[in-house]
Amino acid sequence: MSVHSNDSMNEMSNLDLETPEKPYLDSNELIINMGPQHPATHGVLRVILKLDGEKVLGTECVIGYLHRGVEKIAENRTYAMFNPYVDRMDYVAAVSNGLGYCEAVEKLMNVEAPPRAKYIRVILTELNRIASHQLWLGTHALDIGAMTPLFYTFRDREEILKIFEKYCGARLTTHAFRIGGCQYETYAGFEKDVKNFLTHVAPKIDEYEALLTTNRIWLERTKNVGVISGADCIALGVTGPVLRASGVKWDLRKAQPYAAYSEFDFEIPVGTNGDTYDRYLVRMAEMRQSLRIIEQAVNGIPEGPIMGKVPKVIKPPVGEIYHSIEAPKGELGYFIVSDGSTQPYRIRVRPPSFVNLQALDMMVRGLLVADVIAVIGTIDIVLGEVDR
Amino acid sequence: MLTQFMSYIGSNLTPGSANNQLWALIYVFIIFTGVSVAVMAMNWLERKALAHFQIRLGPMRVGPHGLLQPIADAIKLMLKEDIIPAEADQFVFWIAPMIGLLAAFAVYTVIPFGPSQAVSDMNIGILFMLGVSSLGVLGIVVAGWASNSHYPLIGALRSSAQMVSYEVAMGLAVVSAILMTSLNAKGTGTLSMIGIVQAQQDQAIWFIFKFFPLGLIAFIIFAIAMIAETNRAPFDMAEAESELTAGYHTEYSGLRWSLFMLAEYAAMIAVSSIAVTLWLGGWMRPFPNFLQAPAWDLTFSLFPALTFFGLAAIAVIGVVRMPAHSFFRIQRIGLAGFAAVLGFIALLLLVIAVGGRSADANLAARFNQGIGYVYWFVLKVAVFMYLFIWYRATWPRYRFDQLMRIGWKVMLPISLSVLIVTAIVGVLVK
Repeated sequence: MSVHSNDSMNEMSNLDLETPEKPYLDSNELIINMGPQHPATHGVLRVILKLDGEKVLGTECVIGYLHRGVEKIAENRTYAMFNPYVDRMDYVAAVSNGLGYCEAVEKLMNVEAPPRAKYIRVILTELNRIASHQLWLGTHALDIGAMTPLFYTFRDREEILKIFEKYCGARLTTHAFRIGGCQYETYAGFEKDVKNFLTHVAPKIDEYEALLTTNRIWLERTKNVGVISGADCIALGVTGPVLRASGVKWDLRKAQPYAAYSEFDFEIPVGTNGDTYDRYLVRMAEMRQSLRIIEQAVNGIPEGPIMGKVPKVIKPPVGEIYHSIEAPKGELGYFIVSDGSTQPYRIRVRPPSFVNLQALDMMVRGLLVADVIAVIGTIDIVLGEVDR
Repeated sequence: MLTQFMSYIGSNLTPGSANNQLWALIYVFIIFTGVSVAVMAMNWLERKALAHFQIRLGPMRVGPHGLLQPIADAIKLMLKEDIIPAEADQFVFWIAPMIGLLAAFAVYTVIPFGPSQAVSDMNIGILFMLGVSSLGVLGIVVAGWASNSHYPLIGALRSSAQMVSYEVAMGLAVVSAILMTSLNAKGTGTLSMIGIVQAQQDQAIWFIFKFFPLGLIAFIIFAIAMIAETNRAPFDMAEAESELTAGYHTEYSGLRWSLFMLAEYAAMIAVSSIAVTLWLGGWMRPFPNFLQAPAWDLTFSLFPALTFFGLAAIAVIGVVRMPAHSFFRIQRIGLAGFAAVLGFIALLLLVIAVGGRSADANLAARFNQGIGYVYWFVLKVAVFMYLFIWYRATWPRYRFDQLMRIGWKVMLPISLSVLIVTAIVGVLVK
């Protein structure tokens, strides 16, 4: 059997894929191409696996299948025109992307969004965090073989998307915020919808947990799988729930409060082992914390304008800025260089998925093929954001 | 031919034992059709039940409530292009699904649907079944190898490892049930499937309750092993969709692929039948020893008719609830027709049950008895089928090494100790 060598695969890889020519039926390592069309690589990720039987000896991620040159597009768009593009990076958490971009430009222009706008931003961003985590949970469980949670999470995510749709007309790529605040005032019944959602989804999170948290098979599949230490996370730049599950209490909402986060009382869930199960627990706890934040925000939402004093033509002064927020997947940063014109000179995005994906190789070495799937799921990547 | 036909009607033997080739052939035909239809029904049921577990509706478009979906699927699969990959080993690729299918169907030759309702009463029935059903894995291994592709190869490897780890525990569990058959005056047990059920009848207890909890543990071991044996969730590593795309049948399509599916479902029904035969009293109705008055006999003989009346009623409710829109007219007529057929069958069964209640051995009484046997057997198997779906909706998938660990380190010691304890208790009881 010709289990070896696909020339293009060898060219692209810097693993030691060169195996000496063996006659028929050799028993060396097996090189498997997983993706870009594979049920469990969450889009168009391609992973080249080097296997000894089922044991993973090494991996190599091949990315770029969804590259659209978002950063380059920014150089030919005005600041306002680029705003909808950022939604297309992490399309399951579009609101967070928009928030990061708007705040970065605001920081560059030295304007501030009014308090009401900040509260609306917090509510929508936290709703989006829950939606993102729900999508993660459903697909992650499906990867590990539990089909049913997927449908439960999608059912409840639908409620969030309905709120988005009522607020700004779009469900996924929302373009909810504008530089300087929000374009839309909340619709009549917004607060009621959000409160309804809060009471509706809290028991649903228990329902997901009932299916998985103490499920023996789930425990065996996730405990001690894909372990990564806090120090390794920091060395690789890994952020978000993956970092927190390894015991590092780092959340930009607390560490460098942005929007209105400093006004809310919430906790940062932290894991201890840094394995797939801890990451699962951290994200489940984060959904509950997000509910707490939303509840405080929707109860304390101030009256007032929703748009700050922003000129019609956005022309930030010459300079550069780096602003980052805690997106559902980790630290989402925007580095913007302005040459004083209406268009950014350069925008560089620090996408959490891209950086976190680096940890894949470290996490799966020595594990089995089935664990690779579990670990890809637990890192929670969105290829739109990885490739940009 | 007529004499052959009539001579069998009066006998209490299986056609195989009576050496009646004509009847054996008829039985084979009935079983082959019956199992194929059951697989189609199971296909529909699985999709509907799984959908309802997952707050979906499942198939709704082809026929009322998607009832014709399996037929549509079968036609689609038959019409698809027949692809054999260029690099594949053509002959082996071609024969692999046949091996799986043959193994799955051959088991039915020894499965007793009643004391004489079986193709053959082999005196090594259970041994034959263990041997033939483990051949099914050969089809998978060979398919994975012949595809000459990575994912199928890994699927095949997993499947063979899985079989090795589970067959042993499964065999030991079966042996402990066989030991129980020897607890009679003669002290000799039996390997015949019919003999095993008759032993439960003679001892007036289903083996699942025998030497509580020994029989129960052996049964649970078998119930777990049979899921692994048929490659179903949570032990479906061989085809693990999210890991190996489709595992051993990644390269298969069209009719060949459908043969694999047919084999999988036929094997599920087969192993469930074996579990029912060994531990759940086979064709016996519930409580044959506690509730044995003729009134109870009559009550239980009404069950088949009642079941079909119930199914007909569900179909009628479906007709009533269907939206009053011209779009649904044909569907409504179809479902009403289906309800009528079910109702007619129910009526027929009712007539037989009432007509056959006299103790003298007229034809109706024999029919009544036979229907009762088959009904209770099928009902018990159906419970297992539902469990298969339930497991699939509930549990994540085990990992390949964990499965092996459970097989060797948990199930094997337990089944071995159950076997030893059963033997000791059996000797003490005598």
